[in-house]
Amino acid sequence: MDATRIKPPLGPDNRWWWDMANENKLGIQRCTDCNTLRHPPRPMCGECRSLEWDAVEASGHGTICSYTVLTHPRFPGYDYPLIIVLVDLAEGTRLTSQLVDCTPEEVDFNLPVVMTIQQDADGFKLPVFQLSERA
Amino acid sequence: MPVSLKNEAAIVGIGMTEFSKASGVSELSLAAQCVVAACDDAGLQTSEIDGLVSYTLDSSDEIEVARAVGAGDLSFFSKVNYGGGAAVGTIAQAAMAVATGQASNVVCYRAMNGRSGKRMGQGISGDIITSDLVHWSWYMTYGMLIPGSWIAIIANKYMHRYGVTREDLGRVAISQRNHALRNPRAWGYGKALTMEQYLASEPIAFPLCLYDFCQETDGGVAILVTSAERARDLRCKPAVIRGVTQAATGGQEQMTSFYRDELESLPEMEMAARRVYAQAGLGPEDIDAACLYDAFTSEVIMQLESFGFCDRGEGKELVREGALDIGGRLPNNTHGGLISEAYVHGMNNIAEGVRLIRGDSTGQPDKNVEHVLVSSGVGVPTGAIILGKD
Repeated sequence: MDATRIKPPLGPDNRWWWDMANENKLGIQRCTDCNTLRHPPRPMCGECRSLEWDAVEASGHGTICSYTVLTHPRFPGYDYPLIIVLVDLAEGTRLTSQLVDCTPEEVDFNLPVVMTIQQDADGFKLPVFQLSERA
Repeated sequence: MPVSLKNEAAIVGIGMTEFSKASGVSELSLAAQCVVAACDDAGLQTSEIDGLVSYTLDSSDEIEVARAVGAGDLSFFSKVNYGGGAAVGTIAQAAMAVATGQASNVVCYRAMNGRSGKRMGQGISGDIITSDLVHWSWYMTYGMLIPGSWIAIIANKYMHRYGVTREDLGRVAISQRNHALRNPRAWGYGKALTMEQYLASEPIAFPLCLYDFCQETDGGVAILVTSAERARDLRCKPAVIRGVTQAATGGQEQMTSFYRDELESLPEMEMAARRVYAQAGLGPEDIDAACLYDAFTSEVIMQLESFGFCDRGEGKELVREGALDIGGRLPNNTHGGLISEAYVHGMNNIAEGVRLIRGDSTGQPDKNVEHVLVSSGVGVPTGAIILGKD
């Protein structure tokens, strides 16, 4: 079997997010005491110290806050040139992801993007983004 | 009991191994060699070492080094986290130990086979679950494995906002290479770098290309800290610690502080600046030369703003004026830095700060150097130190 991407270690603080991805959803952690959204997930709310939380499903819409294009070195399991985007989600949280169906010349700041689920050959699913105009 | 670290401790010895791409010896051997060299520099017996400080990333534990060099009984040992962010932090630990009587002669060291051994950015994964591994997994799952991929997200945003160009990054790389041309220890010694070569170099993590990256180096550097009083009895002119601090701020992550409202500044470095200036009773106008942490060229320009050498967005102007060059306002990384001397996780930048105070750097500016600023890693929990003459 071909080499695959590095998989996240799965523990109580992050497994749920990848479980949602496996159900084709982009999750955002929400404090159920003060309703603050947070990403990356953490066990405690930094605003109110609550340990209680649930997850909401993001709309998947966002804009490109920043980006990079990775060309070297080329690790097995990833697509190069690899466009990495930092996305401001409509809900207000931010996450890093991959921009697919796009050339390095086309990526730019502030472009609207929308989430789509990518499934690797080994079945692993992860949320990635594409330009909204192309979705 | 001192209430401030100002003028309480001094660096009295610096020691280093050869810098290479393949040392052919263990990291413990490199560590032992540089620790002995630092003691030799100061004229101190290794048996007088009673404190050792290193990085959590260093593979040579304090007691292994102590046995190897024949140190005395240790009353202080400590390791600092966060990669290159530990650099100045090790000195802060040593200075606190010396100032409070926990130890008398503390050696800080970092020794690594950074090229022939474990290289940076190879990825981590496995069945062990820690908060640190979960942190990295948000990035590594998507292919962000190398430090350049994390720094590029910040660099690109910063350059976009303030109109910083590839040529500006190139000016930093070339300025430091020019310093390295005078330094026989440096990887860049004898290897001139032109803007044409710089602009034609291989893209790695847009907007960063080959010459924006530091070296991968095999080597060790050790720094010997003792009390300012004791320092006067030793062989070398002491570099007195005017102020030293560690710094981590809200929203801080290790290399990936992407979730703050503003990405185009370095809040932890601004905190380090505020604290180190206040402790020393000095300001940016008092700093004659610097060794600003330079794992990547973009970091140097951003720090000019963090440390108040110019306003936000104006770092590029200082670079264009030649401020970082040997005759400039702020000669920077006069040994070549991590980019053109060696990457020993910032410890070699502290050693250069000591040389500038002693007045014996290969890149010694013509002017009087009364105070030198040295910073730790960028994008991580970090720190800063100001060294001065006795």
